[in-house]
Amino acid sequence: MTTLHLKLLVWRQAGPHAAGRFVRYDAPDLSPDMSFLEMLDVVNERLIAQGEEPIAFDHDCREGICGSCGLVINGVAHGPMRGTATCQLHLRSFRSGQEVVIEPWRAKAFPVVRDLIVDRGALDRIIAAGGYISARTGGVPDANAVLVPKDDADAAMDAAACIGCGACVAACPNASASLFAAAKIAHLGLMPQGQPERPERVLRMVTQMDMEGFGNCTNIGECQEACPKLISIDVIARMNRDFLRASMFGGEGRVTGGGEA
Amino acid sequence: MPFGRFWSSTIGKKVVMAVTGIVLVGYILAHVTANLLIFAGAAAIDAYAAKLRTLPLLLWGVRVVLLLSVVLHVVAAAQLAVRARAARPTSYRRFEPQASNATSRTMRWGGVALLLFLIYHILHFTTGQAHPAFVHLAPYHNVTTAFRVWWVAAIYIAAMVALAMHLYHGTWSMFQTLGIAHARVNVARRRLATIIAVLVPLGFVSVPIAVLVGLLR
Repeated sequence: MTTLHLKLLVWRQAGPHAAGRFVRYDAPDLSPDMSFLEMLDVVNERLIAQGEEPIAFDHDCREGICGSCGLVINGVAHGPMRGTATCQLHLRSFRSGQEVVIEPWRAKAFPVVRDLIVDRGALDRIIAAGGYISARTGGVPDANAVLVPKDDADAAMDAAACIGCGACVAACPNASASLFAAAKIAHLGLMPQGQPERPERVLRMVTQMDMEGFGNCTNIGECQEACPKLISIDVIARMNRDFLRASMFGGEGRVTGGGEA
Repeated sequence: MPFGRFWSSTIGKKVVMAVTGIVLVGYILAHVTANLLIFAGAAAIDAYAAKLRTLPLLLWGVRVVLLLSVVLHVVAAAQLAVRARAARPTSYRRFEPQASNATSRTMRWGGVALLLFLIYHILHFTTGQAHPAFVHLAPYHNVTTAFRVWWVAAIYIAAMVALAMHLYHGTWSMFQTLGIAHARVNVARRRLATIIAVLVPLGFVSVPIAVLVGLLR
């Protein structure tokens, strides 16, 4: 069996306030069929065997749908495979002997917790600010009682594919969360159920996004390339349109955001 | 929403940049068209300059709108740039752009270069302090004497390269900011941005090049 030998350069940081630094790790005898995270598991087992602290990284489902994992690998959020989360990236995308630089998402709004783990609570607070609909309690309505045009349903589904991993922020030179916020706004705003709060939603979510210290959108499209779900920046134009309309015609009042940054 | 709150949001500032961008692109189209009058001869362009002086309301109205647009455009850009820099306090050791290009990545510094050029350009051809042989209301004389000096022509040609780059991303981007983006219109706005970014700077550089090669004397 052919094996891979990678030369890792990994960001290590003991805690939120500790100074971080890059540490080199030699990673021989790897299988090309391993996922990137399995490779880190192997490296960590070796570190533990040597009595060293393992590399901390976030992960959960490891099947590309939970949004927990996310690393900047050789300068690209989620690594070299397009439309793929870090957990679904495999070592066959790398050459043996290659240097692999591994960094956490870098943004003021995503403080490092430890090593490669960042706190993405800012995204949760953007959701809490307006990423929901009001639903009546009571009996479940008939599935087809509210008609949704097929094109709208498809577009809403494309936006709803967002797993909130934060790769858009990581890849943006301005560390903007526009693609994330816009995906949520488009997903709800395309549905009939999302209409009542539509003006308030965009004003509140954008206000919260700004409060969290994310940068602005410069329409350069790095986010849509990094997005593991390939969400188009067309949703950002839609958010801008909703924001303009709400600023001019409605949504006055409770523009407070969802909580302290 | 009151304008103060609109202006304080990142999207509000971008909308201001987009609207002022439309004003500036609109003006630049008129400017380049008028410049081409120089190929109709000294009489034509000098008469055009004199004609503008008989319409002070139009002249000063346009000047005020342009000044306001430039100020708003630059202030919003500067504030957003400061904010964006603060949004990433630690930079990446390695960062590989996947989608952006040379034009979209140079909007900020390219914009600063264009602002400096704009100041020089006004001192050069409008007020005349930066022009050693300036004659008021004689644009043909002013342009031909200026561009005979190779480095003055070079400054203008370089500035028009910067303008082409700024227009290529800016014209495309302002539609995005104003919410005009859809699979049906995206191809058209890319095409429009390309046409404007190529034709406008070409129209402008045709004058210094024509002077340098002796077509205009």
